[in-house]
Amino acid sequence: MTITRSSHIRSHVVLALFVMAAPLWGCASHESVSQAEPPKSFPRDQIAKGQELAYIGNCMGCHTAEGGKPYAGGTPLKTPFGTIHGTNITPDPQTGIGRWPLEAFTRAMREGVDRGGRNLFPAFPYDHFTKATDEDIAALYAFVMTREPVNRKNLGNSVPLPRASVSLWKSRYLERGVYKPDPAKSPEWNRGAYLVEGLGHCGACHTPRNKLGAEKKDEAFAGGEVEGWHAPALDSTSPSPVPWTVEAMQTYLKHGVADLHAQSAGPMAEVVHDLSHVSDADVRAIATYVVSLDTRNADQRKRAADAALARARAALAQKGNAVYDGACADCHNLGRAQEGGALELPLGTALTIPTPRNLAYIVRDGILPREGERGGWMPAFAGALTDEQLTDLLIYLRALSGQPAWADVAGDVRKTSKGKR
Amino acid sequence: MKLDVNGSVHDVDADPATPLLYVLRDNLSLNGARFGCGLGQCGACVVMADGEAIYSCTTPIAVLEKRKIKTLEGLGTAEKPGPMQRAFIEAQAAQCGYCIPGMMMRAQALLEKNPSASDAEARAALQPHLCRCGTHTRILHAVARAGELMKGKS
Repeated sequence: MTITRSSHIRSHVVLALFVMAAPLWGCASHESVSQAEPPKSFPRDQIAKGQELAYIGNCMGCHTAEGGKPYAGGTPLKTPFGTIHGTNITPDPQTGIGRWPLEAFTRAMREGVDRGGRNLFPAFPYDHFTKATDEDIAALYAFVMTREPVNRKNLGNSVPLPRASVSLWKSRYLERGVYKPDPAKSPEWNRGAYLVEGLGHCGACHTPRNKLGAEKKDEAFAGGEVEGWHAPALDSTSPSPVPWTVEAMQTYLKHGVADLHAQSAGPMAEVVHDLSHVSDADVRAIATYVVSLDTRNADQRKRAADAALARARAALAQKGNAVYDGACADCHNLGRAQEGGALELPLGTALTIPTPRNLAYIVRDGILPREGERGGWMPAFAGALTDEQLTDLLIYLRALSGQPAWADVAGDVRKTSKGKR
Repeated sequence: MKLDVNGSVHDVDADPATPLLYVLRDNLSLNGARFGCGLGQCGACVVMADGEAIYSCTTPIAVLEKRKIKTLEGLGTAEKPGPMQRAFIEAQAAQCGYCIPGMMMRAQALLEKNPSASDAEARAALQPHLCRCGTHTRILHAVARAGELMKGKS
C-alpha cells in the first residue's frame, strides 16, 4: 500500500510595508526585458549541472504541488503575510516561463522581478539567489527550460500588499552581488559557503526573521521557523547535544540519519531527499561550511559531546516512565548499531530546541519515507496517545535532554494538532 | 488495571509499560492481532483505540485505561462476520493472511469515520501496512466492498 506524504518546504518570508510604501510606489517600476525567443536546446552537461543546482535549491519544494507535475507550481506557501502559491516554471509559453529569455530569468533570480517587470514577493528567496554566478543561473535556466512544459495557470496570492511595496523591502534587505570567496578559507569551504548562502538558501529557514519577514543578518543561522517547525540553530548556539562534525553532517544531509544526531523530519526531510541526488563533493562542501558556523573550538566541542554521552547513558540506565518504556524504549534503548535500533533519545536534537513542536509532530505523525523509497522510519503515535499523554511524554523526554523544562507543552501540543499548523 | 476491550471490561494484572499486544494475546487470549516486527513498522498488530488505528506492539497499556479498544474479534464472529470480515471473505483478500487482521482494523477505523472513503484514501490509510504475498488489489476491493456493506448495500 502506498501513498506519497510529502510536505513541502515553504520558505516563509515576505514583506509588510504598508506604512512606508505609499509615497514611494512611483519608483517601483521596472522595464520589460528583451522579447527575444529563448533557445530551443541546451548542451547536455549544462542541463545536468542545472539539475544538480535545482536539487541544491530545493526548487521543487515550492514549484511542485503535492501530486502535481514537476515544476508546474501550485504549492501554497503560508507566510505570516498571507498565502503565496509557487509558480509554474515549466517552459509552457502561456502559463510557464517558456517565453522568458535567459536575461529575464537571471533578473528574476537576482532582482526579484518577473519578465514583465513586476516585483516578485521575497517568498521567492532572491535575497539568496542573487549570490549565484552567471554560469550557474544559466545552467539552472537550461535545466528548467528543458522540463516537460505543463499548461497550468498560476494560482493567486492572498497577500494584501501591493507588489510595488516590495521595492522598499528590496532597498532595505536585498544585498545584490555574486558571492565573493574568502581567500583565507579553503576552496571546499568557499564552495560550501557559496551554495549555502546562495542557491541552497539554508538561512531562509535556519535564520530568524524580523517583522518585515527579512532574515536578521546579525543572527544568521541562529534558528528559525518554517511551516510550524523550528529549524534548529546551526551557529555556536546549536542545540545539538553532541556538536556536529563534518562527517556526521555530510551523512545527515545525504541520508537523513547520522549516528548521535537526529533523523531528518518535516521540511528538512524534503531537503535531504533533494540532497541525496547531489554529488558527494558538493554535499561535503555544504557540510564543511555549515559545521564551521559553530565556532566553538575542538576542546569545547569534545567537552560538550562527552557530557551529552554521559547524560544519555545515565538517563537510559534509570527506569523511565511507563509510556517511554512501552512505546519508545524497544527501539530507542537499542542504539543505532542494532537492527531496528534508533537514536538514544537524550541525544535527540528535537528534545533540546526551544519548542516541543518538532517532537510533537514526530511522535504524532511518525517519520515515513516517500512512497517506494528507502528512508528512516518511525511509527506514528497519533491515536495511541491522547493530547494529555503526549504532553506527559514530551515533558518526560525533555527532562532526558538535561535542558530546562519547556514553558507550555500542553499549549504547544494543542497548536500542533491536525489542521492547526 | 482495567481495560475495555470489545465492550467488555477486563481486569489485567500486568506492568503498565507492557505493550497492549502482549496483554491481548497472553492475558486475554485474543489472538487476532499479530506480532510482526514489534517496532510499529509492519502493521500486523494494529487494533483500534477510541476509533483510531494504533500499533498494539508499541502502545503500553498505561495509556489505554478508560479508552475503548476494539480488536479483530470485535468485528464479528466466524458464524456472524461483520461487514469488514464479509467483504474480505467475498474478495478472498487473504493469501497467507498474517497481515490481514491489521489491515482490516486500519480499514475499519477509516470506514467508521467515512464509509464512502475513496480508493486513494484507502491506499493512503493502508500505506504503513506491509503484505508480502501481494494481495493488495484484492485488499482494496475488500475495503471498498466493506464500505458498501457498512452503508447497508447488499
